[in-house]
Amino acid sequence: MAGSVLSIKDLHVEIEGKEILKGVNLEVKGGEIHAIMGPNGTGKSTLSSSIMGHPKYEVTSGSVSLDGENVLDMAVDERARAGLFLAMQYPSEISGVTNADFLRSALNSRLGEGNEISLMKFIRKMDKQMEFLEMDLDMAQRYLNEGFSGGEKKRNEILQLMMLEPKIAILDEIDSGLDIDALKVVSKGINEMRGEDFGCLIITHYQRLLDYITPDHVHVMMQGRIVKSGGPELAQRLEAEGYDWIKKELGIEDETVGQEA
Amino acid sequence: MTTETKWPFDQEYITSFSKEMSEPAWLTELRVQSLEKAEDLPMPKPDKTKINKWNFTQFEKLLVKSDVFSSIDELPEEVKALVDQEAKENSLYVQRNNKPAYLQLSKEMQEQGVVFTDIFTAAREYSDLLKKYFMTAVKTDENRLTALHAAFVNGGAFLYVPKNVQIKNPIQAIFLHDDAEANLFNHVLVVAEDNSSLTYVENYISTTGAANGLVNIVTEAIAGANAKIQYGAVDTLAAGLTTYVNRRGHAGRDARIEWALGLMNDGNTISENVTNLVGDGSYGDTKMVMVGRGEQTQNFTTSIIHFGKNSEGYILKHGVVKDSATSIFNGIGKIEHGASKSNAEQESRVLMLSEKARGDANPILLIDEDDVTAGHAASVGRVDPLQLYYLMSRGIPKTEAERLVIHGFLAPVVNELPIEGVKKQLVEVIERKVK
Repeated sequence: MAGSVLSIKDLHVEIEGKEILKGVNLEVKGGEIHAIMGPNGTGKSTLSSSIMGHPKYEVTSGSVSLDGENVLDMAVDERARAGLFLAMQYPSEISGVTNADFLRSALNSRLGEGNEISLMKFIRKMDKQMEFLEMDLDMAQRYLNEGFSGGEKKRNEILQLMMLEPKIAILDEIDSGLDIDALKVVSKGINEMRGEDFGCLIITHYQRLLDYITPDHVHVMMQGRIVKSGGPELAQRLEAEGYDWIKKELGIEDETVGQEA
Repeated sequence: MTTETKWPFDQEYITSFSKEMSEPAWLTELRVQSLEKAEDLPMPKPDKTKINKWNFTQFEKLLVKSDVFSSIDELPEEVKALVDQEAKENSLYVQRNNKPAYLQLSKEMQEQGVVFTDIFTAAREYSDLLKKYFMTAVKTDENRLTALHAAFVNGGAFLYVPKNVQIKNPIQAIFLHDDAEANLFNHVLVVAEDNSSLTYVENYISTTGAANGLVNIVTEAIAGANAKIQYGAVDTLAAGLTTYVNRRGHAGRDARIEWALGLMNDGNTISENVTNLVGDGSYGDTKMVMVGRGEQTQNFTTSIIHFGKNSEGYILKHGVVKDSATSIFNGIGKIEHGASKSNAEQESRVLMLSEKARGDANPILLIDEDDVTAGHAASVGRVDPLQLYYLMSRGIPKTEAERLVIHGFLAPVVNELPIEGVKKQLVEVIERKVK
């Protein structure tokens, strides 16, 4: 079976009564890596949060589907079990719940009752992925994200990605606040996932991450819409010339929309 | 004014009860005097909870008949689950309602002169020792309920560790309530003499649902110079029982008293936990978790009172309230004049799981000395929707996500309990109660 398809059509989203997304169209297929770039405040994070079902965002019109199933009708956990994953920009800290317990609970939720992973198998899998991501094995027994540094949190998001093996992953500014070594490790994790059954949407300000992960498609977001799409060369041009040429080309003065949440 | 007694049992009855138990004269005397005083003493006044309609004084039976258990195998399953049966070197006391029902004493303890027995045996066989400490940390005339407690004591345990004796294995007491007509006036006295150390864990467990009675517990934990007491407790008394539980510590010079309390009663409960840091350099640490559910009202007052210089007191309380339950958390750090260089810290967190649940956290610092440090943090809130969103975004269903957050919230205290079986039981109780 070929990879999954995440299809976003004319998506409009409000936060606290203010429209942030004004008609986003995008299709991400298994095997593809898409990058959405754009300055701050143009709606990039809103797009990722809306796809996952963040409680603060209200979809007012348009559709999001995964392999034909209406994602917007699903609760957040159902979206995840359907195969979506969002590596968050600001992962929550949850005191008293160890990373390992959390991940096992998440994995078992996906596998469903009766198909739970054995403890030994789980530990082996987790150890292996942690080593791959050059994480301290102690982090399995630390409370979820509590007291983690920025870099540790981001690695932990990628660890979850690798453990849960979603069909489509969205990475929301996974590169922000990372030093070059951490960035390389995170990229290594994502590249490891690359394959027919894995589609990925990377949201970023910077070309930097794309030096390590070559996207198949690059999109630029402004004013709550995707205003330009291209191949990897588009990212390179943005890195070299910034965004002004696009604004000029499209006659945009202020690229932002509402407030970026 | 009538001279008719207000209490279900009069002095004559108490005197003959005491004689029947072959108690020493001083104890009979103490019972009678306490009963006499009770009428003029005020009820305790837990801050922000009205208890004038609660029944703490009227009851039918002072003793119920219960059978003993001749071996561990005979213990009911609920009790067995609490006992670490692998650890043969543990000491265990099981009380069934008012009846001392089983006692197992480790060799280690016997050889080192440790006393661990029920309160009646203690009165008969260790009268002088008991007299020296009984109702000293908690005074009979503090309020009406402490007086009635002293008058009606009908169960409990006495643990005495002599000087320089370190007991490594946890000492466990299980107070089983399995008779709906039983009323508990339970007294636990734990004494750690100078330079000794011990870990004591108790469980109050109801296996009868249809109870209608009252519980009046007084615990005294007395730590001599440089002694260490780790005191763990899990209370799971049934909904029909109205409980007054007063656990108090008295720490001598450089002594440490550490409480880990899981207060999971289903009935109305007034819990008072006070640690008096009397000696210089003494240390008190109280960790508490509680869950309120149904219609119950609970009041948890936790105090650490600093008398000694360089004394340190830490209070950490986490509670969950659901349904229409009410839980009041009062935390008091008090530094007396002269207790210089002392430090009083406290943190209370209440998580409310339903619209009708009521939680209230009141941190109080009373400081009568300049050269000290103190701090407090308190919060009452609901489960953070962003935490739930995060967990759910990994495929975890909402109910499971809530369960994880609640367990995590209570974990800092649960993890402190020194017996694995008890820890496991507490986790299970929490699971059952928050579901």
